[in-house]
Amino acid sequence: MIKQLSQRLLGPVTLVLLALTIWLGRWVTPPDRVQGNLVRLLYVHPAVAWVALYVSFGTATIASALFLWRRTRSWALDRIAHCAMEVCVVFIILTLITGSIWGRPTWGVWWAWDARLTSTAILGVLALGYLALRRANDDPTVRATRSAVFVILSAINVPIIHFSVQWWKTLHQGATVFTSNRTLLVHGSMAWTLLISFVGFTLLFFWLLRARYRLEVQREQVQRSALDEALTARQREGAL
Amino acid sequence: MIRVAWLVARKDLRIEARSRVLLWQVVPFGAMALLLAGLALGPAHAGNSSAGPGLFYLVMLFVTLLMINRSQVIEATPGTRASIATLGLDPSGVFLGKALALCLELWVTGLVLLAGTVLVLHTALHGAFLALPSVAVTLAALACAGTLYGALTAGGEGAATLLPVLCLPAFAPLLIAGERSFSAALGHGGLWEWWVIVLVALVAYGGVGILLYGVLEES
Repeated sequence: MIKQLSQRLLGPVTLVLLALTIWLGRWVTPPDRVQGNLVRLLYVHPAVAWVALYVSFGTATIASALFLWRRTRSWALDRIAHCAMEVCVVFIILTLITGSIWGRPTWGVWWAWDARLTSTAILGVLALGYLALRRANDDPTVRATRSAVFVILSAINVPIIHFSVQWWKTLHQGATVFTSNRTLLVHGSMAWTLLISFVGFTLLFFWLLRARYRLEVQREQVQRSALDEALTARQREGAL
Repeated sequence: MIRVAWLVARKDLRIEARSRVLLWQVVPFGAMALLLAGLALGPAHAGNSSAGPGLFYLVMLFVTLLMINRSQVIEATPGTRASIATLGLDPSGVFLGKALALCLELWVTGLVLLAGTVLVLHTALHGAFLALPSVAVTLAALACAGTLYGALTAGGEGAATLLPVLCLPAFAPLLIAGERSFSAALGHGGLWEWWVIVLVALVAYGGVGILLYGVLEES
């Protein structure tokens, strides 16, 4: 009952939160003292990056690790990892696009050879590589196993991206919402909008993941039924 | 595990020594790529020693790709994988052995290309000598990572083209760290932070390889 209700509510709640983010970010929150109206893009970009790097890639990594562990191995986990990586690609592209749009007026360039930007782009290529790897193997077990190992190998890149702003002198700013001693740097309507944006985009990820997962299950069913039909037709031919 | 690693490494190196692919194909390719990189930069910039480390590692990456492919082709001959599975060899040992063989081959090629960098790109000999430990560790990390990625793509559709797609982005942090530590040895900037990245990558890829190579072999 609760599961059904949460599944039904996931889409509408996501849409409401994203609409709220747009409304608050565009009309309610004040312009920033330094950045002016450009700050409004920051109600989208960090949340999108959060989903791309941590939520979706994290989901894919956990699902892959559980798939590789014999006790928990199931095809559902492989499907979750695959679908999460597909959504991850979309969010990484969105992260790079929104960051680039913000970077042009702020830094004067669309792209900078910055550790955070470069490592994020590398993760994007790795995510595309994952999709290519899945297409390269027809055997479902080989495909699932290799893809799972690849995700775990690629996950090494995530801490590099996270700590890049601390390890290197980067153009990309460091921690903006919290200081290193957990003091909140953003206040009032700006903080609320940011929070709603993070929750909204996280729910959007799970909504997309669920939709993509269902599509994948249906695709597998169609493939199986097509195979069954082909086998039956072959058997009929043999009987004639 | 160590015994199996030693056996596999010896087997791979013996095949390489007999086929002479490294000597007659890989090393000449690397030397040619280094020359072409110098030509692409033009005489005004190619003689600038600061370009040397970057070009050295770029060429080494291409060479590594060739050698990973080569390392996997050895296993692709009919019956090899089945034999290894039947013998019940420890997969961690197989991984370590293949990585060790690849590492030694990369070190040999790296030495030749390092000499080429000094000769053609005018990198300071003293700096190149100081960079040797960092080059050795970076190439060892590349060998561990390469062995894993090679196993990931082995036997798949379009394995030769898929390998660079998967490897190059994964190798990028190693390329950057290797290049910076080489540049640091030439006297440009700090050394230790890049060493740490390369060492962490070596341990991470080595650890993941020891843990997961068996899963890949089974599949």
